[in-house]
Amino acid sequence: MSNEKILLYICVGAVCTIFLRALPFTLLGKKEIPDKIQYLGKILPPAIMAVLIVYCLKDVPVSFLESGVQKLIAVGVVAGTYLWKKNTFFSIILGTACYMILLHII
Amino acid sequence: MKKKVIQTAIRQSLPITCSYLFVSMAYGIVMEEAGFAWFWSLFTSLTVYTGAFQFVLVTFLSSGASIVTVALTALFMNSRQVFYGLSFIEDFRNMGKKYPYMIHTMTDETYAVNCALTEKKELFESEEERRNVMFYVALFSRISWMFGAVLGGVLGQVLPMELEGIDFCMTALFVVIFIDQWKAAKHHVPALLGLGAGILCLLIFGAGNFILPALILVSGSLLLLEKKIQKEETDCE
Repeated sequence: MSNEKILLYICVGAVCTIFLRALPFTLLGKKEIPDKIQYLGKILPPAIMAVLIVYCLKDVPVSFLESGVQKLIAVGVVAGTYLWKKNTFFSIILGTACYMILLHII
Repeated sequence: MKKKVIQTAIRQSLPITCSYLFVSMAYGIVMEEAGFAWFWSLFTSLTVYTGAFQFVLVTFLSSGASIVTVALTALFMNSRQVFYGLSFIEDFRNMGKKYPYMIHTMTDETYAVNCALTEKKELFESEEERRNVMFYVALFSRISWMFGAVLGGVLGQVLPMELEGIDFCMTALFVVIFIDQWKAAKHHVPALLGLGAGILCLLIFGAGNFILPALILVSGSLLLLEKKIQKEETDCE
């Protein structure tokens, strides 16, 4: 593939991505934010975070023994220690270390 | 003031920068193996700046898929990003020259951290300070993404195997943020709807393309429940 064509492909990908990221902003312009959008903007974050967690765990049923069990245990460690100690870094580091070690030993 | 902003941003973005470094190194290696030098990885990471789609783009570049396929896949895979802006319209509008940069650098992960920062009001003296931290989080995340891509491309095949699984820190971060949101929320309908819609759509549409239907389903249901939820909120107060 020629360099020009590689450049073109990457730029098309970039423009499409930027278009999507900017869409809520370009649609509204400088206008007042409509009530419905304000409501959604306020209420969506926990829902989106839940969907993202499902996304992170999407392979659990498919590769249950290779990495699924390990992930579920590690998520339990993160949630448990965070509820207990309320320390973000402690939980993230411990959970990730658990996952990496479990990957090696199971 | 500025020192504190940067320190907070480094702390808050650490889970992102660590996992980005690792994932984008893998990306740089994949690109290198497909025959594209590190500067292509850097250019893509600078302009496209999205995880999964960048990997798919490598296969398009090597197979020479049509440009329409590239565009449609980009639109389809990244459509979830439309929803992220909704929560930060007000914030970004108030960020002056940084406005376009903030829009361009909104990823799953920076979105999550931005949400977390909005919950942690006690960290900041002012809204402006919080917005500045959001800017540096975006900046550091993007730098680590680009740095990793170059490093992967230059180092080539030697991906350190003992680091396998380090990208789990992203999942861990999402879980922690979700718990914070859960505690802060007056009621848990949105969180539960998100979980339900996520799992339902995963079962129906499969792992590859369930996020968009899940987000549409959850937004639609929340709009239908608007009156009920807002009534409950005013009742609580």
